[in-house]
Amino acid sequence: MKTAARMVSLAALVATIVPPVLFFFGHIDLDATKQWMLVATVAWFAATPVWMDR
Amino acid sequence: MADDTRVPTTEPVDEYEREPVPERAWLGFTSFVGQYAGEHTAGTELMIGPLFIASGVSAVDVVGGLFVGNLLAVLSWIFLTAPIAVRARMTLYFQLEKICGRRLVTAYNLANGIMFCFLAGAMVTVNATAAGVWFHFPMPGLNDLYPNSLGWVVAVLVMGALITIVAAYGYKVVARIANIAAPWMVLVFIAYGIVGARQLGIDSIGEFWPKAQELIWTGGAPLAGRAKFTFWHVMFFAWFCNMAMHIGMADLSVFRYARKSWYAVGTAAGMYLGHFIAWLAASILYAQQLHAMPGNTDVLPGPLAYNSTGVAGLICVIVAGWTTANPTIYRAGLAFQAIAPSSSRYRVTLFTGALATVAGMFPAIAMKLLDFVALYGLVLMPMGAVIFVDFWLATRFGFSDRYAERTGVGINWAAGLAWALTLAGCLAIVKMGGLEIYFVGLPGWFAAAILYIILSRWVQRKEVRT
Repeated sequence: MKTAARMVSLAALVATIVPPVLFFFGHIDLDATKQWMLVATVAWFAATPVWMDR
Repeated sequence: MADDTRVPTTEPVDEYEREPVPERAWLGFTSFVGQYAGEHTAGTELMIGPLFIASGVSAVDVVGGLFVGNLLAVLSWIFLTAPIAVRARMTLYFQLEKICGRRLVTAYNLANGIMFCFLAGAMVTVNATAAGVWFHFPMPGLNDLYPNSLGWVVAVLVMGALITIVAAYGYKVVARIANIAAPWMVLVFIAYGIVGARQLGIDSIGEFWPKAQELIWTGGAPLAGRAKFTFWHVMFFAWFCNMAMHIGMADLSVFRYARKSWYAVGTAAGMYLGHFIAWLAASILYAQQLHAMPGNTDVLPGPLAYNSTGVAGLICVIVAGWTTANPTIYRAGLAFQAIAPSSSRYRVTLFTGALATVAGMFPAIAMKLLDFVALYGLVLMPMGAVIFVDFWLATRFGFSDRYAERTGVGINWAAGLAWALTLAGCLAIVKMGGLEIYFVGLPGWFAAAILYIILSRWVQRKEVRT
């Protein structure tokens, strides 16, 4: 369970920073960037409490 | 009495407040990296970055000034604060009490508590700007000093009340959220900068520096009511915005847990993530706003973040403001409680939060945050010089260290006068001499040290004669 949560957290961190980078290089638009960042935020706060500081 | 049984379950444990930290409680290097990275990526970083732009700073000056200033701050922690902390292993307050006496420490606590309240107020202000995105009430402009709408007052009141109640009841919950949020927050701050740069028309890494000079940190005239910033302004601001913590010695309380003094290198994580990357990223957002709407000079972290990264950016503003306001209100409460030890910590925290909330309604503190942060450090800095001299130089200059502990006096007048005279001198130079507040901290620290040496020799010689 904790390992799975860690994987989700890692993916969420990647999904937080990769969309802005893709937007910077013109591969996605701003709305998609914002949506991906929100999904990543939800995933981070859902998964990270499962393994961090326990 | 009921409070006394409830409070320990909801507050951080303050251990070893009146004794050196034992070896079993010492902490490793990574603890300090994490703590400083989290604490210095705060909601107020979103105010400070734009205020650099408002002060007309150039790209070379801001990047160079931040790099050097943050390096000097890290070196101050490494060479001034941590060596004393790992030798004495005592809190700032206990060490000050031994040097200055109980009554003088009470005065220091009062000053400390008031400054913390105003700082927390600025964090509440930042949070209220996030509410403005959803509820569309008029928000304060760059040069506003007073609340400018009922909606703003209500937003600050609600945000402040929530933060205060949580600080009083659920400190540990917010501390845990702060730990959880820290890595994500750092990335969102970086995302602000990346998205803002693209919105300014920068679409390759090679283009960044020339366009940064042309569009972001242009080095032109400052906005109305702002002082023009040079390399020296930025460097001294970056060095001394945490003056109370390093050369002011407040972080003795943190590094007393460090196994080795070099662990203070970990402060670089906070300085270069929070006070370099986050400030530059926030600057970019503000430059983008000025570029898109030249007449809109408002520094409002909520709308700035929302326009670049949407709801995720807005959540980051709220979390960053909330998780740093929480310990700030708590610390202010501790400082006040030291003055009235019999009062319940729960009630003191509520009172402190109410003060911070009222302060947060006045945008003057947040909009003048650069000046306020400099003043905050200046007020507390002289006591750091007193501790430094007392620890390293007292016997060399022919007077006794820990004078209050040795004699039992309530006020060590040498320390009290060194504090008051240094502060009065620095403020007089700022008000009458025309020197900006960012530049008086360094000479002030040396003045406090020299005054403490002279006054200690005089006070202690007088004591021997009588």
